[in-house]
Amino acid sequence: MDSLSFNINGGYLEGIVRGFKSGILKRTDYLNLVQCETLDDLKLHLQSTDYGNFLANEPSPLSVSVIDDKLREKLVSEFEYLRNHSVEPLSTFLDYIRYSYMIDNIVLLITGTLHQRHISELIPKCHPLGSFEQMEAIHVASTPAELYNAVLVDTPLAPYFIDCISEHDLDEMNIEIIRNTLYKAYLEDFHSFCKNIGGTTAEAMCEILAFEADRRAFIITINSFGTELSKDDRAKLYPRCGKLFPDGLSQLARADEYEQVRQVAENYGGYRTLFEGAGTNPGDKTLEDKFFEHEVKLNVNAFMQQFHFGVFYAYIKLKEQECRNIVWISECVAQRHRAKIDSYIPIF
Amino acid sequence: MASYATSAGIGVGLVTLLALYVGMTYCLTGFGFRFDVGWFLEAVSPYQWACTGIAMAIALSVCGAAWGIFTTGTSILGGGVKVPRIKTKNLISIILCEAVAIYGIIIAIVLGNLLEDFDFYNASWEVTAANYYGGYSMFGAGLTVGFSNLFCGIAVGIVGSGAALADAQNPTLFVKILIAEIFASAVGLFGVIVAIILVTKVKMGKSASI
Repeated sequence: MDSLSFNINGGYLEGIVRGFKSGILKRTDYLNLVQCETLDDLKLHLQSTDYGNFLANEPSPLSVSVIDDKLREKLVSEFEYLRNHSVEPLSTFLDYIRYSYMIDNIVLLITGTLHQRHISELIPKCHPLGSFEQMEAIHVASTPAELYNAVLVDTPLAPYFIDCISEHDLDEMNIEIIRNTLYKAYLEDFHSFCKNIGGTTAEAMCEILAFEADRRAFIITINSFGTELSKDDRAKLYPRCGKLFPDGLSQLARADEYEQVRQVAENYGGYRTLFEGAGTNPGDKTLEDKFFEHEVKLNVNAFMQQFHFGVFYAYIKLKEQECRNIVWISECVAQRHRAKIDSYIPIF
Repeated sequence: MASYATSAGIGVGLVTLLALYVGMTYCLTGFGFRFDVGWFLEAVSPYQWACTGIAMAIALSVCGAAWGIFTTGTSILGGGVKVPRIKTKNLISIILCEAVAIYGIIIAIVLGNLLEDFDFYNASWEVTAANYYGGYSMFGAGLTVGFSNLFCGIAVGIVGSGAALADAQNPTLFVKILIAEIFASAVGLFGVIVAIILVTKVKMGKSASI
């Protein structure tokens, strides 16, 4: 019975997160933003929202990367506030949210090292939510086994590496395989953690994570057409915690082209509507956009129930989507290319 | 979660097994008559029944009120950080929870004032019967008020938490959810009414009579 005891440890933080959620930009705010002519206009409009004067100390002329960094800083400070005030099991739950950013950071650092960039150039590009102490040491590794033994064995990501340790060198192709293998292990672990918590949290989170798993399966399949990734290798990268497991995943593993992927999606009601109407003609939404829209819908639904942890995850994801939207609009404004300025994903 | 369920299940199983063993031993050795409900009801003193009732009345009411207050209080605190205007209006929920504890203490005081002693060993049949009636009544009244206030407090707390968070998003919702809260708090009032009706005819003491 979640509602009886959730508020003892989670009531204050749930109130805070719902307050944060009411600060997410609405449609009227987006309508104001797309009418901006310059980035300074944008800054002015953002001042009247929850963001306030976050760009006040930046020297003009503003650039989009500065706006991006500042948006991310606000998200990170809100997350850190929540994480610092939480107790178990919410603190472990919030740590799980962090691990996905850690995986992205690791892959970014390894790729950068491969391209002979110095580590001090790469660290500022890492996502602050995913930082961990051993980040600086990543450049010493040249094979996954070394990477594991030297750097990652002390981080919370260590159990996800079991499937990735191999003697191949870290090169372009293998980095992506490592990223996807890590993410698969992370997603399955998070899914079983949420299931163990049970109750409303499991209900809300397992739905969101199942969609994430299925979305990754589709994207991996579509992106692997025309590359050297073999079908068996591809099948090993599919997370198994979604609705596609086991039949859909085995069909996807055998797919050779986009039409066959669409056929697989026809069997699943929720996914069929996503593939319809997605295409590369001008005026169509891309498949990624449709996936983002569906993700936003699921995250908004998490707020419909009280007394569960799903609101925290949903808030972080919605805020990220908002950051992406604002950066997209800023890019369109900065480059004065307003044709696709309306392709942001509306949230509320 | 799973481990709570299995250990609770094992506990319940062991207790049932023990009860079955004791029961069957009595039954099969010819001492079945020792399990005597009537003897139990008579042997326990009416003071015990009455005082247990008073204790349940106040203890369970306070439990319910406290549960409700922490449930709604943490939500008001959390919601009030970003939207300070909800702080004052939502104290109504806390007051409704507190009313639940007040019902409990009123009944406890009423019952406590009805308690009087009588000569347990030498009293006439009418006096003893009247006092036993008083004891049972007060036990029933106390339990009624205690449990109804416990669940009333929990209900008002959960609804109040929802009201605070909804008010933070949209001020027009508060009054509508308050109506639901008032219905929830009426439940506690029902318990008080039934308890009062139960104890109106109670007369304990040396001069009681049925």
